[in-house]
Amino acid sequence: MATQLRTPDLSQMRLPGGFGPIIIVAALIVWTLFSAVFTVPAESVGVVQRFGHYHSAVEPGLHFKLPFGIDQVTPVPVKRQLKEEFGFSTPGATFQDQSSAPGQWTLETTMVTGDLNTAMVEWIIQFRIEKPFDYLFNVRDPGDTLRDVSESVMREVIGDRTVDEVLTIGRQEIEATAQVKLQDVVNKYAMGLRIDQIQLKNVNPPEPVQASFDRVNEAQQEREQLINVARGEFNKAIPRTRGEADQRLQAAQGYAIERVNEAEGDVSRFNALLSEYNKAPEVTKQRLYMETLSEVLPLVQSKVIVDESATSVLPLLQLSTPKTKEPL
Amino acid sequence: MNNMKSVILVVILIIVGLLGSGAFYTVDETERVLITQFGKPIGEVIDEAGLQFKVPFIQVVNRIEKRILVWDGDANDMPTKDKLYITVDMFGRWRIKDPLQYFLRLRDERSAQSRLEDILGSETRNAVARHELIEIIRTSKDRTQEVDPLLADVDISTLLPITKGRQQIEADILDAASGKLAEFGIELLDIRFKRINYNESVRQKIYARMISERDQIAERFRSEGAGEAARITGDKERELKTIESKAYREVQTIRGKADATATAIYAGSYNQSREAVELYKFVKTLETYRSVIDSNTTLILTTDSDLMGLLKQIEPAR
Repeated sequence: MATQLRTPDLSQMRLPGGFGPIIIVAALIVWTLFSAVFTVPAESVGVVQRFGHYHSAVEPGLHFKLPFGIDQVTPVPVKRQLKEEFGFSTPGATFQDQSSAPGQWTLETTMVTGDLNTAMVEWIIQFRIEKPFDYLFNVRDPGDTLRDVSESVMREVIGDRTVDEVLTIGRQEIEATAQVKLQDVVNKYAMGLRIDQIQLKNVNPPEPVQASFDRVNEAQQEREQLINVARGEFNKAIPRTRGEADQRLQAAQGYAIERVNEAEGDVSRFNALLSEYNKAPEVTKQRLYMETLSEVLPLVQSKVIVDESATSVLPLLQLSTPKTKEPL
Repeated sequence: MNNMKSVILVVILIIVGLLGSGAFYTVDETERVLITQFGKPIGEVIDEAGLQFKVPFIQVVNRIEKRILVWDGDANDMPTKDKLYITVDMFGRWRIKDPLQYFLRLRDERSAQSRLEDILGSETRNAVARHELIEIIRTSKDRTQEVDPLLADVDISTLLPITKGRQQIEADILDAASGKLAEFGIELLDIRFKRINYNESVRQKIYARMISERDQIAERFRSEGAGEAARITGDKERELKTIESKAYREVQTIRGKADATATAIYAGSYNQSREAVELYKFVKTLETYRSVIDSNTTLILTTDSDLMGLLKQIEPAR
């Protein structure tokens, strides 16, 4: 890399004389200044290498360095949150390995689960460059390496879970476990990265299987509906029947009270009569008898009075008038 | 003066010559340098980044990567021990541990990569062929699955048990390959399964199995729904019958007791003495007349009755 050829040129150029050397010297000074000044963007640090050897890391702002490529500066965006996407891509990438080519997406997302089913998992990782030195000098292609490791780790985690865990209840746990594992590998390689977050995005069964998973959901709804309808019927009938039973019970109790009260009433009336009757039985009897007959007989329209010996009239009467006869 | 000028000129020419001939070179943090002379390595490997000096023209700088490097294997179809065809995509991390050995045996990274592909590819193939698929899918032996409460009673597929697991198999491949790579000055840091997928021919069967499993779950849900609904309907009927029959029983008991009490009250009064019995019969008979005799009745009274006896004679015939 012998690039510093300009210094000797100076002495050769002195020969023609005149303005030439002055212009060349001026140009040289300007070039030197330009190659000695650099700025580091706000979210980065500048890693300075002198003859390739790590020299220092400088904060954002305007800085000087040795010119002519002796010092080389690499800005490393340490404060920026970087992102890698797996199985999809959002526009506006800030990191060169943020997403892969669309042709890779299906391969990236297809995973075998721990019950030997298949799930399609999309996810992102968010990370920061924590140690610029490690990031630059320990691993070649750190972004690409991180993609490989992330895919491997995610499959390791998914491989230990059933397809149902992956699709429904296990999501958060998968994110947390994968983050820990990924950070472990990243530390092992000393990549200088800190994994802030892993987020699962769309997690689906494979396309041809999707419909059957939907059918399960429908069946689940259907089950709830059938049960709810039956419960509704139950709730409609039971309280009403309970009320009706109570009604019948109350009515029976009413009957009981009525029955006893009536009996007691009848008895006390009879007792009263009896006590009077005991004083004069014959007369009372006679009176009761007569009173009754005098009330009853006027109602009767056909009355026949016969002599006690004239019994032959009875058959005649029965033939002519089919009416109730009440012999005394 | 002239002499002085020529000395300066000579010095400058020497510097220019050195610079132009490439006597100075820089070593980056990411690399080590091996100096060769006529293709033969000379001296120690230069591991320190910075400006270095060599003999121009005859010595050549060979830059050797110091960082961790990628080996990204090709995706290959291979069968597992349980005869499932899968596509396996591996990747590994390696670095050049012995630059001299590496340089002598391989020269450049391209031949290193192809050697890695040979060795790791075949070790992977061996390892996969020796294990059932589940062994390279799962990692932890003792993990138990969590079950969605909604699927608790359903026959869902479960985590299959393993005896070794993915990390162990990765470690086995690493062990087997490390020795073979060490002689090339390569240190293999790790090797991991990146992607494992069913081969196209297997995939359709897997999908069919997944579909049938889901259908079975759906059927199960439907049947559970109908069953539970029937159970609730049964409950309802039992409850209705219970309530109604209990009410009937209580009603009858209450009425019976009331009837009994009333009967006892009547008996206690009507049966208290001979006169009471007589009076009751008499009064009751008279009451019966009131209810039995009405306007449609034809009454034949004989003259020997109590009422009409007087029609015949003053002293009733008795």
